[in-house]
Amino acid sequence: METLTLNRTAVAVNAEGYLTDMNQWTPELAKEMAAEVNIELTPKHFEVLNWLREKQREGVQLSIRKLGNSGIVDIKTFYQLFPGGPLKISSKLAGIPKPASCV
Amino acid sequence: MKRILILGAGTAGTMMANKLYKNLNKDLWRITIIDKDEDHYYQPGFLFIPFGIYKPEDVVKPKRKFIPEGVDFRINEAAKIMVESNLVIMQDGSMLPYDVLIIATGTTPAPEETEGLKGDLWYKDIFDFYTYEGATQLAKRLETWQGGNLVINLAETIIKCPVAPLEFTFLADAYFTEKGMRDKVNITYVTPLSGAFTKPKATALLNNLMSDKNIKVVPDFYLQRVDNDRKVLISYDEQEVPFDLLVSIPVNKGDQVVEASHMGDEDGLNFIPTDKHTLQSKNNENIFVIGDATNLPTSKAGSVAHFEAEILLENILSYINGQPLKAKFDGHANCFIETGYGKGTLIDFNYEIEPLPGKFPFAGIGPMGLLKVNRANHLGKLAFRWVYWHMLLTGKKLPVSTNMSMAGKITE
Repeated sequence: METLTLNRTAVAVNAEGYLTDMNQWTPELAKEMAAEVNIELTPKHFEVLNWLREKQREGVQLSIRKLGNSGIVDIKTFYQLFPGGPLKISSKLAGIPKPASCV
Repeated sequence: MKRILILGAGTAGTMMANKLYKNLNKDLWRITIIDKDEDHYYQPGFLFIPFGIYKPEDVVKPKRKFIPEGVDFRINEAAKIMVESNLVIMQDGSMLPYDVLIIATGTTPAPEETEGLKGDLWYKDIFDFYTYEGATQLAKRLETWQGGNLVINLAETIIKCPVAPLEFTFLADAYFTEKGMRDKVNITYVTPLSGAFTKPKATALLNNLMSDKNIKVVPDFYLQRVDNDRKVLISYDEQEVPFDLLVSIPVNKGDQVVEASHMGDEDGLNFIPTDKHTLQSKNNENIFVIGDATNLPTSKAGSVAHFEAEILLENILSYINGQPLKAKFDGHANCFIETGYGKGTLIDFNYEIEPLPGKFPFAGIGPMGLLKVNRANHLGKLAFRWVYWHMLLTGKKLPVSTNMSMAGKITE
């Protein structure tokens, strides 16, 4: 177990930097984590993060396609909001585990 | 009489018909199985058709041959499942009531889901190989192809048999080498995953095989569209990969009846929310789902359907006797992977345990090497065709445990 200390708050993260307890997440923490990967979080980003957290609580297996069908953003915009690996990055910023692949 | 209705007479549905027929009281239960197609395809064989290793006629037999005489087998197509009234409406307008429904309608490539994939170049320079037609058309194209950029692309992460694209790639390397034209072919493997595979230990082996065979891997590439004029793949984040010959694994979708009945999950791919341990539908207690039709987080593969069938038989017997569903599926998958030149490797894993190296015990046959590339695994793969037709479909016991075993596996 490792910890990530941002702005005086220490949260538990795994070796890849994902929070191990999604309840330790705060919007401020998300902003600080985002700044480290050069993303400035807008209300649209937060809509995505909140949706991910909600689905995670429901036990839904997350995918880029599900987000694309959510009505919040289309897949193209999702890539623009979180360049590189949008689901991996947004999951980290949402304080939920790295999405598991099925195979 | 009560009725168990099975939708789909593919690998999973046929196994269930056989197993239920042996185990149900025939005075109380009638088994009906529906499929729109008379022919049963040995789908693992599609991989070998493009390279002329199997002929098309090697992989097809009549479905009826594998369904017991006493099972009511009908050629028809389900149009809509009315879950409130426990009946299925068929395309011809007839209706079939059920007491227990098993959905085994599988998955099919849906190239029309991706802009430009099923366009001007379809079956000219763009092929799938997960269909009988695609595999046979590709075989013809490869015979005369002069070389260039061969690109293998997975359009989605949720696909049938996730190792088949890798096998195709390895076999293509061997095929062009044996034809004496490997120097005229660049092979590129373009995947939405972050490596050749997903689980770390198997990925390490497979990535090494890729680089040994001079195959370039382009990871994290999520296909948005195919530009037919410029012959390039374009991802959602505007990466481009040029091709001369594209072998595509299109988006996979579950059956139309799932969509028409509003039973699919939020991926919009018509896969049915299913309890990953009991195989009961999450929304209807008298509906069970098996094989590629589920949304379970494991591979869509024949071995998975086989292990599921053992569990599902037990749970359906419990269900109709009013008992709790005690049998629990663990996500077990077991896959031979062809690596070319008459060799192969083997992986064995479940929901929790990634493919590990070591030995895999086959009762009566002897141990096979896990995550090792050798001749025995290739022979195992070829032998599986016989096992499939003669043992697996008709529900005979195979010398492999239903739940994954740690015996022989090396954990560190």
